[in-house]
Amino acid sequence: MKRNWFHRFSGVRNRGINPQGFHVSQLKFYLLLLPLAAFMLLPILFIFSSAFKPPDELFAYPPRFFVVNPTLKNFTDLFSKMSSSGVPVSRYLFNSIVITLVAVAASILVSSTAAYALSKKRFKLKQTLFAVNTVALMFVPIAVTIPRFLVIQRLGLLDTFSVHILPGLAMPVGLFLLKQFMDSVPNEVIEAAQIDGASDLQIYWRIILPMIRPAIATIAILAFQAAWNNAETSTLYINAESLKTFAFYLGTLTTTASGANAVAGQGIAAAAALIMFLPNLIIFIFLQSQVMSTMSHSGLK
Amino acid sequence: MPSRASLQKWLNKEGSAYGFLSVYALMFFIFIVVPVLAAFLLSFTFFDTIQLPRFIGLRNYITLITQDDTFMKYVLPNTIQFAVIVGPGGYALAFLLAWMLAQLPKIPRTLFALILYSPSMTSGVAMAVVWKTLFSGDQTGYLNSFLMNLGIVQEPVQWLQSPEYLMTIMIVVTLWSSMGIGFLAMLAGILEINPELYEAAALDGMSSRWQEIFYITIPSMKPQMLFGAVMAIVGTFQAGAIGVTLSGSNPTPQYAGQLIVNHIEDYGFLRYEMGYAAAVSVVLLLMVLFFTRLSNRLFVSEE
Repeated sequence: MKRNWFHRFSGVRNRGINPQGFHVSQLKFYLLLLPLAAFMLLPILFIFSSAFKPPDELFAYPPRFFVVNPTLKNFTDLFSKMSSSGVPVSRYLFNSIVITLVAVAASILVSSTAAYALSKKRFKLKQTLFAVNTVALMFVPIAVTIPRFLVIQRLGLLDTFSVHILPGLAMPVGLFLLKQFMDSVPNEVIEAAQIDGASDLQIYWRIILPMIRPAIATIAILAFQAAWNNAETSTLYINAESLKTFAFYLGTLTTTASGANAVAGQGIAAAAALIMFLPNLIIFIFLQSQVMSTMSHSGLK
Repeated sequence: MPSRASLQKWLNKEGSAYGFLSVYALMFFIFIVVPVLAAFLLSFTFFDTIQLPRFIGLRNYITLITQDDTFMKYVLPNTIQFAVIVGPGGYALAFLLAWMLAQLPKIPRTLFALILYSPSMTSGVAMAVVWKTLFSGDQTGYLNSFLMNLGIVQEPVQWLQSPEYLMTIMIVVTLWSSMGIGFLAMLAGILEINPELYEAAALDGMSSRWQEIFYITIPSMKPQMLFGAVMAIVGTFQAGAIGVTLSGSNPTPQYAGQLIVNHIEDYGFLRYEMGYAAAVSVVLLLMVLFFTRLSNRLFVSEE
């Protein structure tokens, strides 16, 4: 109590880390952060602005950053378009939505069950396996694109729906964060449930999962970004146009946009880029407080 | 040979743990362990995907060091330049930004964190649209028009096609999108530090904020600093495709933006020299390992 009183009237808590309110000493940080944030926001504002620009504004000279007469024409154009191989754009979008939903659900299930074993079960290889996963945090998938391709080819996964899902399922960062967060669930809760005769599955499903919601939200975001933004799988492992993703389709728009098709392609590409970006942003805004509480368990010891 | 009874006992005791782990472990093995091992094994072979791999010992590595002019002249220096600026630079920037954000009250802090984090949510393909318009080579490009208005340049500059600017743009763009999960972890780490530590230090006569950062903040959040460092290293090497995305061609104009990842793709998917590409992959993995080891040295917790 005494400490609270001291803080409130001395203003100490408004200086330094995690202040409760405004203090003059914060001004310098605002002065540095505001211009930087504005600068970092520019490319993102640009996606929004160009997606709604009519053609004459897209190619106006001198170019203007912000849209003046916003229109939805780019979006209607986008969805009335077919790819060069005759697949409607809505098909790519549909693929992306289904793939992302399945990938997110599967990642949560697979990582959280593994995290449960590594955090709460007792077995011989526990420490070793967690150490292996920690080493794998520095795994750079792009470095082994070629052997991965060979593995996927051998397994007969080329041109299948599952090749969009399976390679991303083992997400070392995801398991790591879940396990660290789960360590903070007290063992007494689990022991009490065991005495009541609950099975492992019941403990995992009824007790652990509800208690680690913030960590699950974080894994959901990571899995979402990985699956939704993924154009590489479609480029490398998929031949059938009807199995490719929206991110891939957007990629084909920009490669043609640099060439002959620049005039027609740019507005559509901007609209598609906005569709790619928005879900990421919305989900993060909703889940950001959960992400932050997970991150405080993220330390690597 | 264990008896049936002891097997049964083991199953009762540890079986369910392995059950819970099984799917993850299987996926981990197939898509992470096997490709890494395969890269390692293939790097000692000649493999053109048509014939079976043929063992040639260390020849790929010898070629890489002694005969691959592109690698020694462009790819390696480019990769080092890119990695040194984007890695430690981006990491220091992420820490400083997180530290500044931690000095603000919750609502402005959350807003700023959202703005700084949002570039890392964008995907390469989506941003290619933006960069190609902003850095477009004719006078309708935003950067060109802006600089011409100010009178800094007279003629439009081919930003993404000219060797002298491509690397700079790659670095700026990658730094822009590098405030990711490591940045959030460091922000959370700074906020978790017990405020009494600062009060005690103030009573002991510590007066400058820099002293505070180096003697209290960083030592108290070493685990998060290490996590952030690993994420920064992985992010830096994973971002290697950016030069090809920006310039639209592999190899990049006069190899100006050629990074090790592009070199792997060049040999693997364009020339089908899989063995050689695998050797380059192994070099890349070793680089990641080396830098992670280095940051381990710096931030390992004394426990």
